[in-house]
Amino acid sequence: MFKIVEKRTLADNIYLLRIEAPRVAQSALPGQFVIVRVDEQGERVPLTIADFDKEQGTVTIVIQAIGVSTRKLCTLGEGDMIADFAGPLGNPSEFVEMSADELSKRRFLFVAGGVGTAPVYPQVKWLHERGAKVDVIIGAKTASMLIYTEQMKRVCDNLYIATDDGSCGFKGMVTAKIKQLIDEEGKQYNECIAIGPMIMMKFVTLTTREYSLRTTVSLNALMVDGTGMCGACRVSVGGKTRFTCVDGPEFDGHEVDFDEAMRRQAMYRSQESNASVKHEHKCNCYGK
Amino acid sequence: MANKIPRVSVREQEPALRATNFEEVCYGYNEQEAQTEASRCLNCKNPRCVAACPVGIDIPAFIKKITEGDYSAASSIIAKDSSLPSICGRVCPQETQCEGSCILGIKGEPVAIGKLERFVGDWSLENESDAELTIQSNGHKVAVIGSGPAGLACASDLAKWGYEVTVFEALHKLGGVLVYGIPEFRLPKEKIVAREIDSLRRLGVKFETDVVVGRTITIDSLLDDEGFDAVFIGSGAGLPRFMGISGENLNGVVSANEFLTRANLMRAYDDEYDTPIFVGKKVVVVGGGNVAMDAVRTAKRLGADAVIVYRRSEAELPARKEEVHHAKEEGIEFKMLTNPTEVIGNDKGWVRGLRCVEMELGEPDESGRRSPIEKPNSDFEVECDVVIMALGTSPNPLLKRTTAGLETNRRGCIVTNEQGATTREGVFAGGDAVTGAATVILAMGAGRTAAKAIDEYVKNKAK
Ligand SMILES: Cc1cc2nc3c(=O)[nH]c(=O)nc-3n(C[C@H](O)[C@H](O)[C@H](O)COP(=O)(O)OP(=O)(O)OC[C@H]3O[C@@H](n4cnc5c(N)ncnc54)[C@H](O)[C@@H]3O)c2cc1C
Ligand code: FES
Repeated sequence: MFKIVEKRTLADNIYLLRIEAPRVAQSALPGQFVIVRVDEQGERVPLTIADFDKEQGTVTIVIQAIGVSTRKLCTLGEGDMIADFAGPLGNPSEFVEMSADELSKRRFLFVAGGVGTAPVYPQVKWLHERGAKVDVIIGAKTASMLIYTEQMKRVCDNLYIATDDGSCGFKGMVTAKIKQLIDEEGKQYNECIAIGPMIMMKFVTLTTREYSLRTTVSLNALMVDGTGMCGACRVSVGGKTRFTCVDGPEFDGHEVDFDEAMRRQAMYRSQESNASVKHEHKCNCYGK
Repeated sequence: MANKIPRVSVREQEPALRATNFEEVCYGYNEQEAQTEASRCLNCKNPRCVAACPVGIDIPAFIKKITEGDYSAASSIIAKDSSLPSICGRVCPQETQCEGSCILGIKGEPVAIGKLERFVGDWSLENESDAELTIQSNGHKVAVIGSGPAGLACASDLAKWGYEVTVFEALHKLGGVLVYGIPEFRLPKEKIVAREIDSLRRLGVKFETDVVVGRTITIDSLLDDEGFDAVFIGSGAGLPRFMGISGENLNGVVSANEFLTRANLMRAYDDEYDTPIFVGKKVVVVGGGNVAMDAVRTAKRLGADAVIVYRRSEAELPARKEEVHHAKEEGIEFKMLTNPTEVIGNDKGWVRGLRCVEMELGEPDESGRRSPIEKPNSDFEVECDVVIMALGTSPNPLLKRTTAGLETNRRGCIVTNEQGATTREGVFAGGDAVTGAATVILAMGAGRTAAKAIDEYVKNKAK
């Protein structure tokens, strides 16, 4: 059992949980994820690590309450226990292998969407601490759904915000912001890293392809075990089938078949909505 | 004459009924049935069954104790060579091992050794497993990676000899394939597997779930920082294979491991559990081993029409005979000499059929089985909405990648000597991780062999 030591509401329906998991915290690196199972009846849900503290032995995850399991998780509070918390899983981001010297010469552009902003934070922090130049675009539907803007500001060179309705920062999609930075402001980057909804990552890669800007994406495929045992997380990358949990979760975005990935992600959608109906019967804490 | 008695048939759940539930198919022998069946054994001077048992259980001796009603003695005889009789009695391929070489089988039916072993194992779980044990610690620590039969057997012996054993398991539940792969209707989880694990707890074995060695911790950190004297790897062969044919990533194509894990480990068939499973109306399972039989019978129980597609003929099916027989009784359709060439999708990206070709058997290949060859122009389509691939598995490369000096062979299996020592000092391995996908009894045996080698290694080092 793993204890929730801190819970905060970051935005509408988006929560931060800090979990006591010393072994996971000790080994975690940017880019990795954990598998969480709320209780005995719960699913095994993959969640990207949003931060870790080796001294305190804690790992932070940020969750949007959308499916049965994420909603269940979000009803828990400080001091409550989570049945399982396994990780860190997947490969760390490629840049953790680079020397500080190499990193100090590189310019990164991060594009973060929705809850995907949370896992971008430890990556930006890591790079910033090692002298890399990092710009970040955070995209959201509207100002009230933005998360992590204050923390991010402290660890990046330039933070740009893009909202669909213009309620904060640039009005428009993150892709338009990328174009503006490169075309109008003459920015140059060695690498782009996009983390967010599949559809956002797809369009970011289409945009960066025009500039031949190398783009890494972090795929949130469906998973069961997260250790390479089942193949539920299959994706096509460069025409080859890969397992997101052991070969990823980060891949070259220009090689990923996003249409297939999105279709596969929806495989259990109708059943999940059945499950949430099933669930609403037992539990009346939703919607609060 | 003892051998004039016919083999005592075992009571089973009615096929039509059991095809709709997950309760155990076979009820096993009661005391009287066991005694009658045991009385059929000729107690051969040179018992061929013992030679054919992968771990050499003294079969005639334990059977004799059954006829005498001394089940405790029977249990002790088995325990010398096997630590999981309730499980092996249920899942061993007896027809190619002990029972396959029983002398009575030449003219008639062999002694039902598997059912008798199960009887003794269950009797022991029922009557002996609460015994209090006090074991003096010898002050040495051994780490076991994986809680399948190999890991459990290794942990059990070492604990009995006074070692402080910790088992690290990647999943949230203990038992390896016994809990995530083999279904409840063949091997009850609470009644059997959980109790075997409880008996290890009573021996003082510690268990840590949710620990993926190679990620959460490493073999190096176990040896260097956590003070373990040796490590045993029993990580199995869990990586599923796919065919590499077109359409394999369509929605509705899953590996047998995924399908079975959702059903068994995550209990997707139970409304109280959150994990979804997609069963569809018609399921095709590709493959002919135990894994294929388990997947197809699970699909049937979840309400689908279920078909096996296998590229050789029935004689070559690698599954246990009993499972094939049970599957047929339950109404599973068998399409033999059939090989898939393409999964066909609808416009939404979901499976709508499987294109296959007919096969015929040619010359025997290196495995001695006649190899299937495609019949020209024999294309046809099988309509279905789910395809389950049960084509075999291989070991996970994670431990090799994260452990310096640990060698594996071409197929990704860990290289060991006969005693189970790997190429890395202080690290031992056994079970599917070494052999590739094999059997419970071989994994159990390998765990015990390695336990002996670990004991020797640690004692020598301490000198
Ligand atoms: C569906 C199915 C049906 C089968 N039916 C039969 C049958 O009827 N009869 C028979 O004899 N055999 C059968 N087998 C084969 C048999 O189950 C295996 O040969 C046997 O379980 C192998 O045991 P093992 O201990 O080597 O590995 P496993 O049982 O595979 O256990 C390995 C364990 O190690 C864990 N692990 C892996 N990597 C790590 C890591 N890095 N860190 C921590 N833990 C890790 C895994 O999660 C797993 O729990 C079947 C297999 C399957 C899949
Ligand atoms: S989640 Fe099962 S293999 Fe990736």
